[in-house]
Amino acid sequence: MPTTSLSHTETPLLAGILALADDALILGHRLSEWCGHAPMLEEDIALANIALDCVGQARSFYAYAAEVAGGGLTEDDFAYRREVGQYRNCLLVEQPNGDFAGTIVRQVLISAFVDPYYRALTASRDATLAAIAAKAEKETAYHLRHSGEWLIRLGDGTDESHARARAALDELWPYTGELFEVDPAEGALIEAGTLPDPRALRAEFDATLDHILGEATLTRPAGTWMQGGGRAGRHSEHLGFILADLQYLQRAHPGATW
Amino acid sequence: MTPADADLARRAHTAAATVCDPEIPVLTIADLGVLRDVTVEDGRVEVAITPTYSGCPAMDVIGIEVQTALAEAGIPDARVRLVLSPAWTTDWMTEAGKRKLAAYGIAPPARKASRRALFGEEQVTCPHCGSAATEKVSEFGSTACKALWRCTACREPFDSFKCI
Ligand SMILES: [Zn+2]
Repeated sequence: MPTTSLSHTETPLLAGILALADDALILGHRLSEWCGHAPMLEEDIALANIALDCVGQARSFYAYAAEVAGGGLTEDDFAYRREVGQYRNCLLVEQPNGDFAGTIVRQVLISAFVDPYYRALTASRDATLAAIAAKAEKETAYHLRHSGEWLIRLGDGTDESHARARAALDELWPYTGELFEVDPAEGALIEAGTLPDPRALRAEFDATLDHILGEATLTRPAGTWMQGGGRAGRHSEHLGFILADLQYLQRAHPGATW
Repeated sequence: MTPADADLARRAHTAAATVCDPEIPVLTIADLGVLRDVTVEDGRVEVAITPTYSGCPAMDVIGIEVQTALAEAGIPDARVRLVLSPAWTTDWMTEAGKRKLAAYGIAPPARKASRRALFGEEQVTCPHCGSAATEKVSEFGSTACKALWRCTACREPFDSFKCI
């Protein structure tokens, strides 16, 4: 594997697949940072398991991206040889773990979106995307239930846990708008039946969230200002640090295997 | 398929079906429903396997062990292909597999797989004493496919195969 960064022609389909792959990889990497640090053993295992599901989903999408791109590229080229600006993940998944409440709120927000998204993707005209989604949506349903139950416990728990959950919700809420944004290239894929329209999933996202937040004695933040840009490669400073960690080995020892 | 190919496919299937899951060694990949298909094309055997979970780290090992089992049965150069569709669910596990799991101390998946009510209740029977007085300790267990439970009757902790 060459040391240079990847320069490949990004068709709308490839860009769409990479957005799905990058969301899963970056979220999986963030969750894996909890390994050995979670507040209790069971939760350490749970977060590592969710991370494993995410990285597994990412591998399926990257393998398909490599197939679509051709030219002998592999899943590893896409994960290890792209620069920050080439990553298409949403900003929400790259946000730091914060405290345990912060990680749980981020997980609820992304799972409440990704779970119905994958379910809709199972009806894609693209057979490979439909197959990956059919596998993944069983996992995300589990992630949503697990993180939802935790958010209820934290929100409806002590004053301290409630305050922390509330603060995390306020902090992360502005990153949810990007999940429902559609650029023209993605619009064409939606039109062709390759990808689902995220805007059509808004009602289900809101209903899921309202149900969980209601039980948690929390409410959806009133703020309407939203921060986007991740899908177009404009990331927060956090992604660079994630990639430095994630890509270090392949950048320092190109093509290393063991 | 020629009669010779059909015979080769049968022998290859028999060999592949003996491979055990490295994380639950009491189950074969046939018991689990991970072994999907064995085909022969131009005399070359292809074995299709499917992961239980997207990130299942056992798949690479299972692939190598399938090739080894076939080679030992006199079928070298078999190809292993990973298939995702139709997605694996606990319904793919055989009844024999479920009995072996329970005897091994792991509660088998209790219900038909379906999209569960998000906050629905689960009923799991203790694999040690058969009591229904059990409680979930953690949604996640020692591997991606298991959750951690405990029995309030016999006080033993146990793994339960997640229903997906
Ligand atoms: Zn018992």
